[in-house]
Amino acid sequence: MASMLFRTIQTHPFLLYPTTLLRRNNAVLYCTLKSAHTQTAAQEEQQKPPQIKGSPQTRQAKTKTLDKISKDYETIIGIETHVQLSTLTKAFCSCPYNYGTQPNTSICPICMGLPGALPVLNSKVIEFAVKLGLALNCKLSLNSKFDRKQYFYPDLPKGYQISQFDIPIATGGYLDVDLPVEFGGGHRRFGVTRVDLNRAGVPLLEIVSEPDMRTGLEAAEYAAELQRLVRYLGVSNGNMQEGSLRCDVNVSIRPVGQLKFGTKVEIKNLNSFSSINRAIDFEIARQALLHSQGEDDQIVQETRLWEEGSQKTVTMRKKEGLADYRYFPEPDIPEVILMKEYVDSIQSSLPELPEMKRRRYEKMGLSMQDVLFLANDINVAQFFDATIANGADVKLAANWIMGDIAAYMKNEKLTINDIELTPEELAELIASIKSATISGKIGKEILFELMAKGGTVNGIIKEKNLVQIVDPSEIEKMVDKVLSENPKQLEQYRGGKTKLQGFFAGQVMKISKGKANPGLLNKILLEKLNAKC
Amino acid sequence: MLSTLHHPPRSLSRFFPSNTKSRHFHIKPVLSLSQPAADQPPSSTSPPPESQILSIRHSLLSREVTATQLAETYLSRLKLTEPQLKSFIHVSNNVLKEAQSIDDKIKRNENVGPLAGVLVGVKDNICTLDMPSTAGSKVLEKYRPPFDATAVKRVKELGAIVVGKTNLDEFGMGSSTEASAFQVTANPWDISRVPGGSSGGSAAAVSARQCVVSLGSDTGGSVRQPASFCGVVGLKPTYGRVSRYGLMAYASSLDVIGCFGSSVADTGILLSAISGHDRLDATSSKHEVPDFTSQFMSAVLLESKPLKGLRVGVIRETLDDGVDSGVKSAILGAVSHLEELGCTLSEVSLPSFSLGLPAYYILASSESSSNLSRYDGVRYGNQAAADELNALYGDSRAKGFGPEVKMRILMGTYGLSAGYYDAYYKRAQQVRTLIKKSFKTALHENDILISPAAPSAAYKIGEKKNDPLAMYAGDIMTVNVNLAGLPALVLPCGLTEGGLAGLPVGLQMIGPAFDEGKLLKVGHIFEQTLQGCRFIPPLIAEDIKE
Ligand SMILES: [Zn+2]
Repeated sequence: MASMLFRTIQTHPFLLYPTTLLRRNNAVLYCTLKSAHTQTAAQEEQQKPPQIKGSPQTRQAKTKTLDKISKDYETIIGIETHVQLSTLTKAFCSCPYNYGTQPNTSICPICMGLPGALPVLNSKVIEFAVKLGLALNCKLSLNSKFDRKQYFYPDLPKGYQISQFDIPIATGGYLDVDLPVEFGGGHRRFGVTRVDLNRAGVPLLEIVSEPDMRTGLEAAEYAAELQRLVRYLGVSNGNMQEGSLRCDVNVSIRPVGQLKFGTKVEIKNLNSFSSINRAIDFEIARQALLHSQGEDDQIVQETRLWEEGSQKTVTMRKKEGLADYRYFPEPDIPEVILMKEYVDSIQSSLPELPEMKRRRYEKMGLSMQDVLFLANDINVAQFFDATIANGADVKLAANWIMGDIAAYMKNEKLTINDIELTPEELAELIASIKSATISGKIGKEILFELMAKGGTVNGIIKEKNLVQIVDPSEIEKMVDKVLSENPKQLEQYRGGKTKLQGFFAGQVMKISKGKANPGLLNKILLEKLNAKC
Repeated sequence: MLSTLHHPPRSLSRFFPSNTKSRHFHIKPVLSLSQPAADQPPSSTSPPPESQILSIRHSLLSREVTATQLAETYLSRLKLTEPQLKSFIHVSNNVLKEAQSIDDKIKRNENVGPLAGVLVGVKDNICTLDMPSTAGSKVLEKYRPPFDATAVKRVKELGAIVVGKTNLDEFGMGSSTEASAFQVTANPWDISRVPGGSSGGSAAAVSARQCVVSLGSDTGGSVRQPASFCGVVGLKPTYGRVSRYGLMAYASSLDVIGCFGSSVADTGILLSAISGHDRLDATSSKHEVPDFTSQFMSAVLLESKPLKGLRVGVIRETLDDGVDSGVKSAILGAVSHLEELGCTLSEVSLPSFSLGLPAYYILASSESSSNLSRYDGVRYGNQAAADELNALYGDSRAKGFGPEVKMRILMGTYGLSAGYYDAYYKRAQQVRTLIKKSFKTALHENDILISPAAPSAAYKIGEKKNDPLAMYAGDIMTVNVNLAGLPALVLPCGLTEGGLAGLPVGLQMIGPAFDEGKLLKVGHIFEQTLQGCRFIPPLIAEDIKE
């Protein structure tokens, strides 16, 4: 895996170009580039790949050096993800909770931490945690508890956070990821150490991965899959820019063959999947270089910040001993006991998850490229599924969605839920083309009308009289008309300028207002053109 | 001493800013306290305590007295005794107004709640809407909560009038009420002595009939020990029986709001009023709340052995050396009284009993170090002037907290620190589990357990102030019950030497979880049949007698 990563590194930052570490061949991560309908992607597309200086030769040389260095090391990556839950109320009081509202607009004695006020756990938080735990294939702790994590901070009214310390609500799961085709593809399974309820006020889940990832790409795909999962489950909007999904990444490298882990560096401020990818690749390169220069003692346990502007990580704070949070069991909140029936009812209400969807699409005969696209966004997947359910051909439906519909959404900056087209009408449209009621070209026109204004396929066909002309005698009349009106061109054609067939076809199509069946038209036209030869 | 009652010092004006100067100091006796009930057996030399709450209800509904007259009676006595006692940090200005509105309702023949016209004292660590709630700390000086504690809300809804906020050891941390940041409360039985603590103000106020009943809080004995010192009935309910919402947390896993009354009946009625699940306290129990007083029987109707067959275990470890002989003999007197009532008494040993004290101080301090973190000077109370955040925290807390609170925060922080957690906090939790188990066994073999409420009667103000360990040792009888989360009732059972008229000794009865009803029933029979004792402190004896 490591070698795959380093193939993408084009230059080396420390020698010549301190501000440009990486460049990809215009290929941004799948999860980011293709998901044009999500905010995440829209934002990421604005990022320009780092400009590269220096000649291709230099680039190649550096790549070679780094490739050589990197081959000697193994990278270990673990991710801690914080997901803000989309509950209606805060975690421990009944104040409404909306992301983006002014802080402290809804407050009560409980979230203000007034003397005598007590936290009461929002049961939705538990439900969401159980959902995510199950979706991550974890073992649920049927008895879990809350703990106080103590420190002084102005935003912390009580002087402690309520979180889960030694008994998280779920442990020992995994997450399946399909890597993008343009990066070689492949299926990976990454371990999930724990899911725990974390922090007071804002309902937050923490998901800690096993140190299973080996490249920036894998890490970014893990994060993207988590985002898909929380969106599929409806437990969070998963927006990284808003901070609803935050990833802190731990990176260490060790010489191949060494058992002991290298010194772990934490990277924060990762606001997109591509920044996760690039930050990790930068960090691997930085650490590998230090190792190769015998300066591995310069790699210290610290928190580094990813700087988007300069495309590098910088020291934020060095860890000076462990902070003592004096954890102890939260006495104000009783143990959380999950009954089997409760867990079972949540299990049975889980939607089809991204991994299941991808495997199903694969079995339907779609290419991995199509599978990844369609399953990436829950809304797109649901639209696709509904289209199929209305009898549309699988491949055709996929093509329409990934082609004209995706392009339209991208141009208009709309999501699939914003467009007026319904899956029923897309299925109808596909059927109308297949049955030759309308031509593909007319179909496209109708599609754009449906996306912009809504309505039904049949309504538009009727209203605009768009039914395809499939009557040979009618087409023959039009062909005759065109031939008689263009005697000069006919003569030229018959003189050997057969290219003019296209011209005649165009003319016929024009007077049919695009409704002539193209197959029939060409057949009749050819017959007529060649008739007197 | 009584003569001083007629010359209240000027400082009283703090509580009575206007229009009360002309009020008479000699007042009518409190209802039937001095009037033997008609059905009183002639052999009794002193009448058993009666429910003041029921008497008030009867008098109001029969229109013998008005709520205003009643309130005036209590306020007058409060005004007379307060200069010596200092039980209240704050006295409400609205008592007469609220009494008047009850009278108006009665006049209009509207229904009034079962606690209508009952003056309730509320410990100052229990939040009261728009009334100061300081927890006896400078950190919360002038703080007025925007809400009523659930217990306060419930008694108000039943018609009770909050007469004021009673003094306490700062945040409930202490056993003598000397650790209040504002004042030292005296014991009505001997004003040179402490009322006990930390609910000393609530106990003294009921003892001196400054109010009818009062609310306190009990983390390690803070209701029971002052009840014993002041000769009143004190009840520590089962953990979770009463919502803690609005109780300023000291040690959340041990804290419980408790009741004081001058009779078992009043204490039970107050408990009924405040019990039950509250969605604002996740640790409050959904356990059914029975009518705790329904099984009470009038003394005259009792059989000769009304407690026949009741298995009573005397906790051996509570009558060891270190318990005052006066206390011991009062308890032994109570033992023979229980035997006369038909109980089967046996000695029971709780091997982990002595471990309770250190475990309690570790756990309570640990939790308090966390609970008191919120008093950082940023939000309320006294904020120290500082340019830098850590200095602001440090200075505000250094100036805001008293020495006892600081000591416990330090102990608790230490006990929870990395490297010490296992040796202190975790170990104390293990002890707590042992104690729970040993109580469970003992309460399987016995219906109730008894012990003294404290190893001594009330001691002199200042006597233990500089000896924290001696002060802590005084909690030995009560802390185990909090660790086990069980209910316990303390009621006066005798007097020992000291003061003008002797000092009361409290008997503690411990029962199974959520069986306060049993304790109250036994306590009521005990109280109604106890001969020769009348627990009215000398400070007001004259007043009551008239
Ligand atoms: Zn709130």
